[in-house]
This record gives sequence, structure tokens and C-alpha cells, in this order.
Amino acid sequence: MSARGPLLFALMGLALACVGLFQSWQLAITILNMSLISAIMALGVNMQWGYAGLFNVGVMGFTAVGGLAVVLVAQPPVPEAWAAGGAGALLGLLLGVATILAAIVVYQRLPKGRMRGLAVFAVLAVGYFITSAVFGPATQAIEAVNPASEGYLGGLGLPVVLAWPVGALFAAGVAWMVGKVSLGLRSDYLAIATLGISEIVIAVLKFEGWMSRGVNNVTGIDRPVARPVDLQTAPWVQSLADSLGWDVQQTASVVSGLGYAGLFALVLGALIWLSERAWNSPWGRMMRAIRDNEVSARAMGKDVKQRHLAIFVLGSAVCGLAGAMMVSMDGQLTPGSYEPLRFTFLIWVMVIVGGSGNNWGAVLGGFVIWFLWVQVEPAGRWFMELVTSGMADGSDLKDHLLASASYMRLLTMGVALLLMLRFAPRGLIPER
Amino acid sequence: MAEPFLIGDAMTGGYGGADILHSCTIAVEKGEIAVIVGPNGAGKSTAMKAVFGMLKLREGAVRLEGEDITALSPQARVAKGMGFVPQTSNIFPSMSVEENLEMGAFIRRDDIRATMEQVYDLFPILRDKRAQAAGELSGGQRQQVAVGRALMTKPKVLMLDEPTAGVSPIVMDELFDRIIEISRTGISILMVEQNARQALEIADKGYVLVQGANRYTDTGQALLADPDVRKSFLGG
Amino acid sequence: MDFLNALVSLSNFMLIPALAYGSQLALGALGITLVYSILRFAHFAHGDTMALGTAAVIGGTFALQSAGVNIAPLPTALLAVPFGVVAMVLYLLAADRLVYRYYRRVRAKPMIFVMASLGVMFVTNGITRLFMGVGETRFEDGERFVFSVREFRDFTGLAEGLALRNAQFITIVTALIVMVALFWFLNRTRAGKSMRAYSDNEDLALLSGINPERVVTITWVITAILLVLAGTLYGLDKGFRAFNYFQLLLPMFAAAILGGLGNPLGAIVGAYVVAFAEMGVTFAWRRVVSYMLPDGIEPSGMVQLLPVDYKFAVTFAILVIVLLFRPTGIFKGKVL
Repeated sequence: MSARGPLLFALMGLALACVGLFQSWQLAITILNMSLISAIMALGVNMQWGYAGLFNVGVMGFTAVGGLAVVLVAQPPVPEAWAAGGAGALLGLLLGVATILAAIVVYQRLPKGRMRGLAVFAVLAVGYFITSAVFGPATQAIEAVNPASEGYLGGLGLPVVLAWPVGALFAAGVAWMVGKVSLGLRSDYLAIATLGISEIVIAVLKFEGWMSRGVNNVTGIDRPVARPVDLQTAPWVQSLADSLGWDVQQTASVVSGLGYAGLFALVLGALIWLSERAWNSPWGRMMRAIRDNEVSARAMGKDVKQRHLAIFVLGSAVCGLAGAMMVSMDGQLTPGSYEPLRFTFLIWVMVIVGGSGNNWGAVLGGFVIWFLWVQVEPAGRWFMELVTSGMADGSDLKDHLLASASYMRLLTMGVALLLMLRFAPRGLIPER
Repeated sequence: MAEPFLIGDAMTGGYGGADILHSCTIAVEKGEIAVIVGPNGAGKSTAMKAVFGMLKLREGAVRLEGEDITALSPQARVAKGMGFVPQTSNIFPSMSVEENLEMGAFIRRDDIRATMEQVYDLFPILRDKRAQAAGELSGGQRQQVAVGRALMTKPKVLMLDEPTAGVSPIVMDELFDRIIEISRTGISILMVEQNARQALEIADKGYVLVQGANRYTDTGQALLADPDVRKSFLGG
Repeated sequence: MDFLNALVSLSNFMLIPALAYGSQLALGALGITLVYSILRFAHFAHGDTMALGTAAVIGGTFALQSAGVNIAPLPTALLAVPFGVVAMVLYLLAADRLVYRYYRRVRAKPMIFVMASLGVMFVTNGITRLFMGVGETRFEDGERFVFSVREFRDFTGLAEGLALRNAQFITIVTALIVMVALFWFLNRTRAGKSMRAYSDNEDLALLSGINPERVVTITWVITAILLVLAGTLYGLDKGFRAFNYFQLLLPMFAAAILGGLGNPLGAIVGAYVVAFAEMGVTFAWRRVVSYMLPDGIEPSGMVQLLPVDYKFAVTFAILVIVLLFRPTGIFKGKVL
């Protein structure tokens, strides 16, 4: 990284400081924390795109799976629900997996022909009916347990930080399945397949209430950092507030936010360190060789598909990790709020704007784009107010324009992506 | 000496990097067959592509009927009366034989049915298979489609890049017969061939290229008779 | 056992809706497959451009309605389709000139095209929401039914009813006409053949004097027609919501890949397979089954293989199976 990188990061810090000074420090910290998480996601996507040229349109799905891990690991178990149908639900899941495995075995053992198709179909059909006979009643029983606040199995009640690597693992598992199917074919097939899997992950999260409470959301998840409410009563926070001249509430939320920022920065730092080492290692060189010329890499005896699968799984795991971190920051899992626009396409804009193929670039992109995403909306509203200032109050057009200000940022992001791709495809901090 | 019908005169150039052709001259007279032969990597196909404008020349010129066409694109040369049959992917595989011929005549705005009949007369098998997808035909038939497609613009000169690559000897002989037939209608033929001996037998003029430069140039018969050529390039 | 009532019930709740949905998908998938075979990239902006085109049609419809123009019993929207088509032709051509043409000229990798189409999708999405917001807009007017459940029952005297909604009927008929017209265009006209030639062998098409920019332009025009029709028919049938159009992307891609990318006939067949599979797997078969079983025996439960929420899982499963066993699709597609 030349002088340009540090300079850009310093500018970014300055922008955040301005937000703190002129808007509020709480907002600045919130932006910082989401920027850190975005940066981690961007790092994950950058591994796939920058190192290997793989196009993952399912970032949303991988972050959501990571978020689910937080619920499954950190929430206290619900004993009544376990008693009502825990065994049934687990057995059902096992039966489902067994059905698929059986179908695979049948497919591999039988000779090619119509018999094989029929046999596989029969195995799947029988397996389906057995599975749903076990699974359906069990999940209904679980969801009937105290549905207003529980109605799900809960988690393992373990420390929440443990959920972060588990989230990464979950995302890796999903990525492995998707990659296994769609890698090694035309490159856009992976994009389409990831688009599909992310839709399905969200559907599962939304509708499998016994596992995630679905659209009822899981709230009050244990946090790795003390909550502002608890900090307000701490004497040192009160004295800090006095010396800064802030009120206690603000001080407490800034302190709590800084706690998260510290944790996230630690994770981000570790990831960057690892990525940089990997990038400069023989493995990184091989990955780039494959990216730049797949044919000759294959001719040199590299198993391109296997390499791609590895990097795809790794990158998705990082996205899952970030997803888990985000849920534990919010303290809640809200499956209804996952949308591809924010979790997939914004991340892509970050990578392209920041500089694909450069870890620092991806991180910077995460900061810049998240900052803009948050700040463009007020700017858009201000702009619309300016435009409509001449119009009569209460006119339909004025109301419509004001209401649509929030969509301006979609447009802005799209234009930013297209402009970068066209005129500065190497991004703010180009690949070395 | 009068200017030949088509001449690539002292062509020098390559694909960006080092030169492949070194002051190489290829020419063909009206209604005659000129054949480019030579060892692998001698720049045979490159020389032909240079004549057709698919390669930027650093020096030298290409002239058709005395007119300098060096600056023209391949498409513009087609309009000028040059037909080109690439060595590979020279048909539209999912389109029918007839549609392939139609596409060959894409730049023509007049009635093409007479030309199509001529092609069918030349290659009767294509008439039978006119509705079949060209990609489903045998290798030799596909080459006939490819040549037929190039003939649809009623070219004055037809350029063939290794038309017999990958076809059986019987099919090769038949294809050569057809090529002679085409040249008898007044169309000049310029062709690159791997099968040097058979090609020189039908050639009015032969060019032996080595490393992008002319080594021997003479009539086909003379080259076949030349002991040096025989020893070095025709296997004795 | 009552076969007739079973069939009527099945038609009413599954066959007709699936046929309509399949027709909408087919028009969309045809556009995807055309863009793919000429421009050689997966057009991710397809769903959102459909939404924008439909938004334009809705705008035209409202304008016509307020001017008092209608073609009842047909929905006014059909009258506004040409307006939407013109708008989308201009939009797609502008996108091509501003975005894609540059990458064609530098012969960029397919992934760069996909990325660019993602950017276009973003912009398109923003524009659509600027106009329409995120809520649902209904714009179907004119007669609602070709025949209603009651009319059908009175006419046939059967216990089960069958309704054919206007929107469904128009969808199926329009799709049929458009498909025939498209195949006529591709197989019989000079422009259509030049498109096929270009898709088959780009270099040879160039040698034959086919102008690639012209082929690309024609492709966008046809794509615009297809996607405005698909979007409008879908909106008439199910109401307009921008996000639903984005979600159509997956089934449309699945249909195009299942049929073999770049193969128009395949896209149509693929679309109907996807539509019937989605509807069939998420359909509650209870009524149909109870008619088919001997009297006195009733199935317990809904006899539904998967909840409706998982219809995307069905599409995805189809996609996975195709990719695993036959990545070139049912009919051989262009490229693996």
C-alpha cells in the first residue's frame, strides 16, 4: 500500500469524526460498528471475487445463516419445547438427511437406466413421507409452547462469542453444498445458484418457527459487551460523563458501542492479517494464477474446481462470521429484515469501489459505502425538500417526491457501482 | 509483368508481438489455383489471413485488381469480392444448410436463388440435406457447406484455409475436384494446404513458405518435380 | 370416486394458475435466453427491468383511465403496453450504450458483464421504487372473469366450480401469440436469422457481413417487448410489487437453464416445468385426493408436499438437479 491508502483511511476517520462533532457521537459509533462488520463481509466477498473471480450473489443468505448460529448457540434452551417435540424435530432432521443419503447410495449402486430413476424416486418419496410424519407434528408441538415469547427450541445457552465461529461454520457448510453443485460449470451458474440459496435460507429462517421463531424475531440475545442500560449505573461511567460534560445515557451508549468496536476491530485485524499472509503465500499466488488464466492453470495440473470450492467456502465463512457478529451487536435476529439489496449488493459495491483484489481496499470500501449509505438518505431528503420547496404544501407530487427520497440511495449506489466498474475498475486502493 | 489479379506484396507483420511474416509475397491470377504449403509454423495461415485483412501489416500491401485494399477490414474485402473459408468453426451449426447459404449471402440484396442452385449443383448432397442442421452433418459435408457459404457472395477470389483438415482421403480427393470445378468458372482460388503433394498437383502456382518468408515459388508441377522441394517438404 | 369433480377442482386451483404463471415465466425466460445467446451473459437486471416496464404500463393505464379511455371487457393496461414497450426499448438501449457496449468493445469477461448488469439492476430498482414505492399496486380493470365459479356450476351442474379469470386467459393467449410470433421472426425473417447466426458463430457472422451492433439492438428491442408483456401479465394476474419481480429472477433463470441456455424452445418448456413443479409441490391436494378416493375415505391433513413459502426451494431443487445431471439443459444449450 502506497501513501494513498493511509491517506484515504485518514480521510474516512476524519469524516466519522465530523459526524461525531456535528451530528452525534452515538451515530458516529453506530456507523463505525456497522462499517467494521461491512468491512468483514467485504473481505469475505473479496476473497471470492478478488482472489478467484467467483461471483457470489448470495451474501445475504450466508450472513443470515451466521445470524441463526447466534440464536442456536447463545439463547437459553426452552425445556418445555424440548419436551414437547425436541426429539421429534431432531429425529425428523436426521431422517431427512438419511433419505437424501439413501437416495445417493441407490443412485451410485444401481446401473444406469430407468430402474435407477424409479428406485431413487421411490426412496425419496418414502423418505419424504416418513420424515414429514415425524417432523410435522413435532414442530407444531414446539411452536405451540408459549408462542408469545418462545415457541421454539432455543439454543444451547453458551457464551455468545462462541457463536461467531459457529456462524462461520454454518455458512461454510451451506457454501460447500452450493459450490459442490455449481462450480466447475459456466461461471454465471454459481451466481444464479447463490441467488437461489440465499432466498431459501431466508425462507427457512422466516418460516421454520420452531428453530428461529421466524418473523416473530428472537430478541434479547445475550451480548458480548455490557448494555448501555447496565453501564449507566456504573460509577466510572458517571464520572466519565461528568468530565466530558455529556449526559450519562449518551456516555453509556458510546462506551458500549466502543466496546463492540474494539471486539470487531480485533476480529477484522486478525482476518486482514490472515488474508494478507494468504495473499502473499504460494497459495495466494496460485489462486491468482488460476483467476488470471484458468486454462493454463488447469494445464499445469491444478485442480481448479477444488481450489475454487475452497476459496468459496472460506469467503462465505467470513460472511457468516460477520452475520453472527451483526446479530450479537443488535441483540436480535429479525429474519424479516434480511434483504438482498442491503446484504448482497451493498457489499458488492463496497468491494468494487474499494478495490477488488486488495484486502485493505475492501475494508476501505466497507467504510466508505456504509458511511454513504447512512448519510445519503438525509442528503437525499434535503435535496428533495429543496426541489419541492416551491410546490404547494400537501400536493400529491410533493408528498410522493418526499416519500421517495429514501430510494434515491439505491440509485446512487447503482450509479456508483457502474461508474467505478467503468472508469476505475481497480478501485480506490488497487490490487498490487 | 502484368499485375496479378490478387497480390499480397512483400507483406511483413504479426499479431502485435514479433513479426511472423517477413516480406512474404502471395499472388493468384484470374481463374487459377494458388496453393500455400510449407512445414508447421511456417506462417501459411498467417499469410492468408494477412491477405484477407485479419492481420495488421507493418510493411507491404494487398492489391485486388490493381486496387490497394491494405486498409480495408475483412468485411469490406468480402464486399469487394473476396470469399474466405476459415479452417475451423466455418459454419453455423444450429442453422439448416439452406440458412447457412442464406447467411453467406447476407450482404447481397438481390435474388440469391440462382447462386444457391449453383452451389447445390456443385455439391448435390447439400440439396438433399438442405433442411438439416449443418452441425449434424459429417466432416466432409460440413466443409462443403462452408465452401458453399463463401460462394454465396459470388466472390471473384475464394480463399480456403486448410479445407481438407480432418477429412478422409476419399473426401479430400472429391473436395479437390470441386475446387478445380470452382476455379474453372473463373473464380481464383487461394488455399493453404497441409497435404502438400495432392494440393500442388492441382495448383497452377505453388508457394513454399518457411518461417514466414517465400522459399520456393513456381508452378505446381515444377515444384513437384524440384528435387530440393521433394526432399525437404514432400518426404522424398 | 368422482373423477370429473377431481379434474375440475385440480384445474381451478392448480392447472390454470400454473399455466398462467408458466406463460409469464416463459416470456421472461425467453428474454433471458435471448440476451444470453447474443450478448453472452446472464442478465441479472431482467426482473427489475420487468418491474420498471410494468410501472410504465401502470402509469399509462392510469393516464388512460383518467382520460376515460377503456377497452372493456379487456383491461386498459393492454392499451398501455405499447407505451411501456417504447419506454423499455429506450431504457435498455440507453443501458446498452452507456454500460454494456464498452465492455463488448474491450471484450470483457462474462463476469464483468454480469457485474455491470447488477449495477443496472440496482439503478433500475431505484427508479422503479421512486415511481411506485414498495407497496402493492393493482391495476386490473375491465371484466374480472371469463366465466366465474358460479356460472360454471350453473352451466355444468357439478359440485366443484371452475373459474377462468380474465387475466389468466389473456396471459395464456398472449403468451401463445408472442411465442408463435417470436419463432416466426427467428426462423423466417432476415433479421431473426442474422440473430441466430450471430449466436451460433460470432466470427463467421462478422465475415458474412452481419453487423453485430444491429443484432444487439434488435435483441434489446425484442427483449423489451418480451419483458414488458411478461411483467404486465404477471402484474394483472397477481398485482404489482417491485420485490416480487426481483424474486422472479430465480425461476426465470432456472427455466432458461433447464431448457438449455440460449435455446428459445427450451426456455418455454423449462418455464412450464418450473411453474407446474412449483405449483404441484406446494399445492394442497386434499380436495382432489378426496374426490379420487373411494367414498367415505378422507385424507387427513392438507396433502401438501411443501408449504407455499418454499416454492423457491422447488425451483432451486430443479436448478440443482439440472446442474448436477445435465448442465446443458433438456434441449442442448449453447455452452456448459
